[in-house]
Amino acid sequence: MSTRARKIALFVGLVLLFAFPLLGDRFYVQFISKILIMTIFAGSLNLLVGYTGLISLGHAAFFGMAGYVLALYSPHTEAAGLLTSLLLSVGCAALLALLIGSLVLRTSGIFFIMATLAFAEMLFYLFHDTAIAGGSDGIYIYQRPVLMIAGWQPFDLANFVHFYYLVLFFSLAAIVCIHTILRSPFGRVIAGIRVNEQRMSALGFHTYRYKLVCFVIAGALAGLAGYLAAAQFGVVNPEMLGWHVSGSVLMMVILGGMGTLAGPVLGAFSLMMLEESFQTITKHWQLLTGAVIVAVALYLPRGFAGLLPKRATSDQAVPPGVAGARRSAAAARRPDV
Amino acid sequence: MHAGQLQRLGVLMSEVVLQTRGLSRHFGGLAAVDGVSLSCRMSEVHAVIGPNGAGKSTLINLLSGDLRPSAGRVFLRGEDVTGLSSPRISGLGVGRSYQRTNVFLPFTVFENCRLAAQSRLATSMRFFRQAARYRAVSDAALRVIEQVGLARQADRPVETLSHGEQRQVEIAMTLATDPSLLLLDEPLAGMGAEESVQIVELLRTLAGDHAILLVEHDMDAVFALANTLTVMVNGAVLESGEPQAVRSNRRVQLAYLGEHVAAKPVLTDGDHARF
Repeated sequence: MSTRARKIALFVGLVLLFAFPLLGDRFYVQFISKILIMTIFAGSLNLLVGYTGLISLGHAAFFGMAGYVLALYSPHTEAAGLLTSLLLSVGCAALLALLIGSLVLRTSGIFFIMATLAFAEMLFYLFHDTAIAGGSDGIYIYQRPVLMIAGWQPFDLANFVHFYYLVLFFSLAAIVCIHTILRSPFGRVIAGIRVNEQRMSALGFHTYRYKLVCFVIAGALAGLAGYLAAAQFGVVNPEMLGWHVSGSVLMMVILGGMGTLAGPVLGAFSLMMLEESFQTITKHWQLLTGAVIVAVALYLPRGFAGLLPKRATSDQAVPPGVAGARRSAAAARRPDV
Repeated sequence: MHAGQLQRLGVLMSEVVLQTRGLSRHFGGLAAVDGVSLSCRMSEVHAVIGPNGAGKSTLINLLSGDLRPSAGRVFLRGEDVTGLSSPRISGLGVGRSYQRTNVFLPFTVFENCRLAAQSRLATSMRFFRQAARYRAVSDAALRVIEQVGLARQADRPVETLSHGEQRQVEIAMTLATDPSLLLLDEPLAGMGAEESVQIVELLRTLAGDHAILLVEHDMDAVFALANTLTVMVNGAVLESGEPQAVRSNRRVQLAYLGEHVAAKPVLTDGDHARF
């Protein structure tokens, strides 16, 4: 039954998301687009924090990097090509993750947290204090990227409904992608690393390589989110790669439930909707947000995802049809001497 | 010449899998392992015994790549592997078990062994197909689970098993990596009598086509299995050779076996029959 409950909840959620723009309210459609972008971002961080056990406080570096690449690549007078700019942005974020990851993954524990934070801050000051991309004011993207297929333009990113569906597509694709990876041999390796990295080494896994590849995948997905965020509002500034953004996306992962597929989605929706509604009540809204976070930490150790019905079947069960030799060990190999 | 000696003669003619030369490891001023030279051949069970703190576990850590030696060399089939990392050593066909159970507690028995078996894929950088669909890996996992006698617990998380059963998982995982050289660090410690008998039987079977370096405190098991016996004291080898000869060696009796021999006969007629 609980599996069925999960399926119904998933179906209802999807119908609501697909139908939402029918409301037609520009502000709310854009607001949900923003949240959906954050679900990709939080999902990518969850790959590190929840599944591999790597707590990064500098994940905004990849988010912001992709945004800056789009802004710097876009010409002033015409629109950038969507496919090229997207591939370039995500590629640069992945490359940056490869560079930073290859260094920070040589540390662990608290040192890893500090190292990720340090690299992200270095990038923040690079864009904040130099004139590469408008310094502290940031840089504008004058025309949104355009997808042209043989002279035909299937959608227009300046149209908020079109943009919403594009973001919805990417956020669903990201979840499917993460889900697939987690069930693959690679996904099992990172789960093993989270639980007992030393034993993984002893079993013959070069854990550093797997952590690095995971870091790059997470960086690339964060880059996808950063690209969409930059395309949505047409402006990129250094705050996008600051520790505040890194902290807030980490909060979404923890609030929603680390190491669960639904966690980052629930976390992004709840945190952003709470903030939005608290802001209408009081200008001290951060106090209220803080109180909610403390309450969740105290009473929902597994986050909001812990409230969902549990899955009935385990990924770890012996798959049907697998049969070892049903013989006793002593009889199997050779007779006694 | 009885059967044990005959078998030993056969072992002496087979390939040397593991050899160490003057292997040492110092922790500060302490020589935990001090100039140990030993070898282990295919089909040989080389038991290493000694009092607590003799350096037996450190020796295994040096051989498995968990620790780097301060001096000396390690050879696998004649190839110098000194100082290689543990994943590299594991890749060369060396499997080790831990004295203190070192497994993936939240995972099921099956997943623990499946993960161990998965390490034998050429690479696990595979992102699309479900891990459960790799039949050869799942089959290998289930085979070792049956070998150690945990088939009925396969779908249970390891943290819900008894201590003895967790020890069996430990051994199953080591076997799942399909090693040719087994480094077993007190495999029987904490196991019930019934499971012990089963594991001793399993090790005897495995000895046919494996080289086994066995650190064990259970003397009955040691004398039932070993072709070669090495006694370590204070990090160094005190005596090494054919088990009966080592056992009757006076220095060994004084240094280590003395109290044990006094308490009860180490080897009964029944044990002789088993050789």
